[in-house]
Amino acid sequence: MCATCGCSGSAILEDHDHDHDHGHDHEHGHGHGHPETRTVTLEQAVLARNDGLAELNRKWLAERGILAVNLMSSPGAGKTTLLVRTIRELGAELRVSVVEGDQETVLDADRIRATGAPAVQINTGSGCHLDAQMLAGGLQTLDPPDSSVVLIENVGNLVCPALFDLGEQARVVITSVTEGAEKPRKYPQMFRAADLVLLNKTDLLPYVDFDVDAFLDGTRRANPGVEVLQLSATTGDGIDGWYGWLRARLP
Amino acid sequence: MHEMAITQSVIQAVCDRMGDQPVQRICLEIGTLSGVVADSVRFCFDLVTAGTPLEGASLEIIQPTGKARCRDCGAEFELNDLLVLCKCGSANRELLAGEELKIREVEVLV
Repeated sequence: MCATCGCSGSAILEDHDHDHDHGHDHEHGHGHGHPETRTVTLEQAVLARNDGLAELNRKWLAERGILAVNLMSSPGAGKTTLLVRTIRELGAELRVSVVEGDQETVLDADRIRATGAPAVQINTGSGCHLDAQMLAGGLQTLDPPDSSVVLIENVGNLVCPALFDLGEQARVVITSVTEGAEKPRKYPQMFRAADLVLLNKTDLLPYVDFDVDAFLDGTRRANPGVEVLQLSATTGDGIDGWYGWLRARLP
Repeated sequence: MHEMAITQSVIQAVCDRMGDQPVQRICLEIGTLSGVVADSVRFCFDLVTAGTPLEGASLEIIQPTGKARCRDCGAEFELNDLLVLCKCGSANRELLAGEELKIREVEVLV
């Protein structure tokens, strides 16, 4: 498309009834005396609306002394298993409730509720991430008690959730040794967004070809200085580090 | 693909600011390190603008390249992705450009 007059670009010039000095041809069946326009400078962040709603969530959480943590990973990295174990072992102490994001089904919320913890499921349909408005709705439904912990399980996806601030206090990226060590190099945006990186399923390290040092190096390149904890949500190895990290962030 | 949601956010933001004034042209800045694919936004644009004041508008996308300053040695350098280290070997860099994701300007009918 011609950026000057908006008529479509690649066709051949047959008849032109206006002057312009841009060097391409185009076909015209429409008469156009260019309408008068004015240019308005906006300089506005594309995600300003989401960011504004995220700030409202952050304020709402802070007023109630609630710690909200956004857990992001690819599908199958073990987010729900980690949540179930965390609730079983810390749920009474921290009063954990959960916001579950998935495209479809309430399977994950059911797994969480089986532990006795309150959970609300948000189905994003074709959407590939949670946004601040969805979290606001989830929090209203969940109605978490003051001075508690809300763990937000984002839609399994290492791309889109990185861009959308929910108003959480911290972002945790979970990856597992069965996924391959190159994940931080392939998805640096996500690893850059992390306040904590968890390397899960370390009990499977003897059975898979996973180079821990290459993973740590890739993580450092994407996000120098980010804390990385290695654990197995299944066996509980290394899980105390995660619990310590959570406790340290309580308001 | 989050570009659909991103493009919808663009339309929403413009309509919030400009009301129902017909938009002839819109100019976006999408940095090469922003995590948003400009071609995907172009792909979504016609679909998302249908029936809105931006329908038929021309879309310009400026793509600032990545620039960073090393926090260890102070050198400034360009980077095409988020994995590039400073020549001194440090990953500890401050991004100066490349993460832009904003609506620069619109041209509306008067």
